[in-house]
Amino acid sequence: MTILARIPQLLVYGIISGSIISLGGIGVSLTYSILGFSNFAHGDFMALGAYIALGLFTLLTGLGIPNTTFGPLSFGFGFTVAFILAIGLTVIAVILIDRLLFRRLRRAGPIILMMSSIGVSLALRNILQFSWGPQPHYYNQLIQPAILIPALNIRIKPDEVFIIVVAIVLVVLVHAFMRYTKMGKAMRAMADNATLAQVTGINTDRVIIWTWVIGAGLAATAGILAGIENKFITPELGWQMLLSIFAGVVLGGIGNPYGAILGGMVIGISEEVSTVFISTGYKPVVAFVIMILMLLVKPTGLLGRKN
Amino acid sequence: MEHFVGILNYIVFFAITAATYGILALGLNIQWGNTGLFNIGIAGFYALGAYTSALISGLPPSAWEGRTFGGFELPFIFGLLGAAVVCGVVALIIGAPTLRLRTDYLAIATIGIAETIRLVLSNEAWLTSGVWGLQQIPAPLYNSIHGATTRYLQGHPGLPMWLHDLIAKSYDWFYLALVLAILFILYLILERLVRSPWGRVIRAIREDEDATAMLGKNTFSFKMQALVLGAMIMGIGGSVYAHYARFVSPASFKPLYGTFIIWVMLILGGSGNNKGAILGSFTVWGIWAGTDFLTKYLPFSATQSASLRVILIAILLEVILLWRPQGLLPQKKHLSTPK
Repeated sequence: MTILARIPQLLVYGIISGSIISLGGIGVSLTYSILGFSNFAHGDFMALGAYIALGLFTLLTGLGIPNTTFGPLSFGFGFTVAFILAIGLTVIAVILIDRLLFRRLRRAGPIILMMSSIGVSLALRNILQFSWGPQPHYYNQLIQPAILIPALNIRIKPDEVFIIVVAIVLVVLVHAFMRYTKMGKAMRAMADNATLAQVTGINTDRVIIWTWVIGAGLAATAGILAGIENKFITPELGWQMLLSIFAGVVLGGIGNPYGAILGGMVIGISEEVSTVFISTGYKPVVAFVIMILMLLVKPTGLLGRKN
Repeated sequence: MEHFVGILNYIVFFAITAATYGILALGLNIQWGNTGLFNIGIAGFYALGAYTSALISGLPPSAWEGRTFGGFELPFIFGLLGAAVVCGVVALIIGAPTLRLRTDYLAIATIGIAETIRLVLSNEAWLTSGVWGLQQIPAPLYNSIHGATTRYLQGHPGLPMWLHDLIAKSYDWFYLALVLAILFILYLILERLVRSPWGRVIRAIREDEDATAMLGKNTFSFKMQALVLGAMIMGIGGSVYAHYARFVSPASFKPLYGTFIIWVMLILGGSGNNKGAILGSFTVWGIWAGTDFLTKYLPFSATQSASLRVILIAILLEVILLWRPQGLLPQKKHLSTPK
């Protein structure tokens, strides 16, 4: 009974971490389908966003922006501004990395790009560590009381509601963008067949820029949300989530953004619920084992197309 | 003269480490350089080899250790072979679900297995003493060689200081010879292999897997053999490391030292070229050690200097990828027929 009683609460935690994993996964999936490579620096784009937000927030607080919070949330106007600016700056930084490295290596093929992304990953992580140190940094030290929902027997903090709402809104926006805009259509065309897209007059370079805008923007958001949820950030923040993100992407069907969302949720929930049975330290192993099982049963993933 | 001996002793230490990396780079060269298999979980196999060897050849747990298992006190060679076998088995498990798919899946799976191994080593204290690691791993023939050295030095108290310092390090010279011998034997075996018809098939898979399959080769089986062989060599590298360091803990096998630097070594040296793999190991380890001296003169803290060195290695990788992707010693074309 005690085990079963814990399940609803763990589902809540799973949905929260699943939201963050999914936001990261959409970018990985888009990079894979449109640029053709597995981006191992994606986790570090998340950490980059989280640290840029921290830097801007510190700056704004220093400029005298009042530190009042929005109702029950743990942050207010200053942090929200920092949050939004950090997304923009992360996107710019990632596009610069693309111009500097990935664009020049595109002709060398997907494996060289993958290797280059590992170098970018390590460099970014260590730039953050160089600048801020390996120790955790806090967005705020407020202790937020959780709201008890007796009907469901769960507790949830206002910040966590915020995280889930942000994730849902962004997923809907990405869906609308992919479905109803011309650029979204061009992105889907390029994912299907890059050469064909190019001969039909699609500006592939602009598609690539937009891929990074969405991918890096969502990565920065995921990183900042992870910081809000965990209460602290470290340079390893994104790297530590990368395995779960990849597991979610593979589970949902690599290259399919909707699969990444579904897979991310399944991984997030499985990792949390697994703590009933095994040590918390093994969460990444749970993600890994689910991924391997999926590869054995259906390598194209839950929503993958048959090839 | 003392100064010179100090440098010489450092060079021995340097060469042992670089040669150990050479073994790991040879393992990666079979997987990536020749077959095109993307393994970014080298650290996992490296750690697994080190722990396996330490448990097979090591002492039973002492009273203050967390573990309750292992320490069979078998000779070094059993530890070395055991490390190779265990790593080979794990590679087999990883290869089975991933080798039929695009190489990205193998890459992701190898990160996963490396992380899994790291977590098992940190959490299963009954086997590994957790974060405390395995200590007092016996070094092969240490007692005989060190004992003889000590007796000699005690019998000759009048030796000049520099000669005394040099002789006191005899064991390190012996270990260097041992590592170089293992490296050389592996090199000879691999050179024969890559020139054999087997080597021709795995390189054909790297160039065009579909075409190779069309010619009737079971590419899955060949890829599996290359993955397992490479992992076994990495296990040997782990064993060689463990018995020299005489101490292993999960922190010894972080992705940077365990995986990333080995990739840079192979790519700099020349993927597909066994000599290149060894050259790359000594070069990159030289650069790494050199930056250690350099960053001491910069006004940064120890952790900042460490980060700076990693950033430099990452930049080195990108520079090679951009301007010299074939490495220092590009792969040579050779006939695969026996002479």
